[in-house]
Amino acid sequence: MKVLLVDDEEELVSALAERLSYRGIEASWAGNCLDALALAELENFDVAVLDVRMPKMSGIELKRRLQKKRPAMKFIFLTGHGSEDDFKAGSGEEGAGYYLVKPINIEVLIKRMKEVLG
Amino acid sequence: MASKLDIVGETGLQFYGKMSASLSHEIKNALSVIQEHAGLIEDFTVMAEQGAPINPQRVKALAGKIQGQIDRANGIIKGMNQLAHSSMDESAKSVELREVLTLLVALSHRLASVRGITLEAKPPATAVTIRTTPFFLQNLAWLCLDFAMDGAGDKKTVGLSAEKTRLGAKLRFTQLEGLADAPTERFPGEREKALLETLNAEVTIHIGSQEIVLTLPGDLDH
Repeated sequence: MKVLLVDDEEELVSALAERLSYRGIEASWAGNCLDALALAELENFDVAVLDVRMPKMSGIELKRRLQKKRPAMKFIFLTGHGSEDDFKAGSGEEGAGYYLVKPINIEVLIKRMKEVLG
Repeated sequence: MASKLDIVGETGLQFYGKMSASLSHEIKNALSVIQEHAGLIEDFTVMAEQGAPINPQRVKALAGKIQGQIDRANGIIKGMNQLAHSSMDESAKSVELREVLTLLVALSHRLASVRGITLEAKPPATAVTIRTTPFFLQNLAWLCLDFAMDGAGDKKTVGLSAEKTRLGAKLRFTQLEGLADAPTERFPGEREKALLETLNAEVTIHIGSQEIVLTLPGDLDH
């Protein structure tokens, strides 16, 4: 499984990528949306884990752009919102079934990633 | 038709809610980073139990990063606390505008960052003190900053400064390169006008010098 982690909290995604690597998951990270798009240009990721609120471009917009480049890519959102309803209201992603509220549990994240990949 | 008091009250509640939501989001981010760094230390101990050596320098660096995030969260909570206390002050009191600017930047940092805006506070070297209602002033200063960010233009920077005047003080929102293109017809709106009246203040837009100036009386009660 190849994972792309994107959050402007670089300390968060870099640590998370390292922890995933100890669990046998190949993870790359980006601290902004432009870097994420550049990485997706170079590599094909199975799953992208995206923060919803980032400077300049939201995670929702990033998902749309990544989907254009990589139609098979699956997505999980990270949000600081308190509940699923808050997230859906804030993101407009009514159909986005996969989201995790920060702070996340790495084992739950791995379980969700496996679920989105079927 | 809503009275001035209703508008001021509703605007204050919106301001308080917006800031609380943004700051709690920031705290969640700090907690998330702490969780992953602590998780890494836990991973190292599990690996050590399986025979892999622990790198003390790495653990020390992670502990330092955790402390940094604790300091960050503590600073955010301090700002929330200041805002909460100021919301309880209904009457005028002595307010130092350097502190108002510092708190405004602390409260607005994330909201500005999401819009790609950098806030540059340039507080004066000496104290600028007026007597006013702190929460209403903080609210009005935020509304001015919110609009100023619309006028930041391509430079994506808003400067904030304060200065003493003969009759009171001025707060300036500067470096607004895109102010000419901002929707100036909607500013000040109903909410800003109600707060301006309550604080006996005035706001002016200066397209030429690319700034918004909030003029405040030295003593709200006189």
